[in-house]
Amino acid sequence: MAVTQGKGGGGGYALSTLDSLIAWGRKYSLYPFTFATACCGIEVMGAFGTHYDLSRFGAEVVRFSPRQADVLLVAGTINYKMAPVLKRIYDQMLEPKWVISMGACACSGGFYNNYSVLQGIDKVLPVDVYIPGCPPNPEGIIDAVVRIQKILETGAPRASERWPIK
Amino acid sequence: MSIVLDKLRAQFPSDVVSTHSDFGDDTALVRRERIVEILAFLRDDPDLRFDFAMDLTGVDYLGEDPRFEVVYHLYSLEKKHRVRIKVRLHEEDPVIDTAVSVWPGINWYEREAWDMYGIVFRGHPNLKRILMYEAFEGHALRKDYPKARRQPTIGPEE
Repeated sequence: MAVTQGKGGGGGYALSTLDSLIAWGRKYSLYPFTFATACCGIEVMGAFGTHYDLSRFGAEVVRFSPRQADVLLVAGTINYKMAPVLKRIYDQMLEPKWVISMGACACSGGFYNNYSVLQGIDKVLPVDVYIPGCPPNPEGIIDAVVRIQKILETGAPRASERWPIK
Repeated sequence: MSIVLDKLRAQFPSDVVSTHSDFGDDTALVRRERIVEILAFLRDDPDLRFDFAMDLTGVDYLGEDPRFEVVYHLYSLEKKHRVRIKVRLHEEDPVIDTAVSVWPGINWYEREAWDMYGIVFRGHPNLKRILMYEAFEGHALRKDYPKARRQPTIGPEE
């Protein structure tokens, strides 16, 4: 329960459950961990920069420690040698956590159909939001963050809850 | 004909199979038996002084015999000239002596050629994969490695 000011200046009450209150708090404090391995990382920088300004959505505090991060933003090509590293970083993140797969390479391997490139990070991680594009616009990253906010808003299950990967 | 190839043929008449200087690139095809001696000669001769091993790579001529080739690209920082040394290797015995004793920096190139083509460098101090992971099977740049072949994803412990 939270006390708020009514429009006319008088006291009012906003009624809520504790869960939705926590979700509301989380919604605007999604700390991303950027796992940038390729040109998508440049677009990520653009999204965090002043022009697109991801901080308008509360997700500008980039944490380069997985233990302090909420969102794993995988931006770029992941090869087979890198996959265990990515998985370990995901495992080190604390619940609740979300995963954004950014760009063609992270989503499906992109045009790297060869011996070395993982054909989509969803082979090793549960993914909440995919961003298509090569590379996607910063708008795509903002849209993905907003979609994670929608997941929080509606209480929809996270990918890791409905998508067990061994 | 260039001084580099002339000296090389004069010094190793029975080991140099053929030479050419097409487009100004001196190239010598040599036998593998005395490759370390040949490379050491190229490095130490006062007229040649190939002190910089720029590159070593493998080539897979699938369907030909000998199937594999090792190519050394050498450069002389002092004399400002280059030479390319090629060695053909048979498929059933893709073994050549290591050149680490001549140029220590060639270590990782030989590991790469082993990783990608399965060429064995005899006497190499640390001949293991450099680009792919240890659990990877086969050699990815061989022409008969299937393009669509996928290997099991390794876990965080490996």
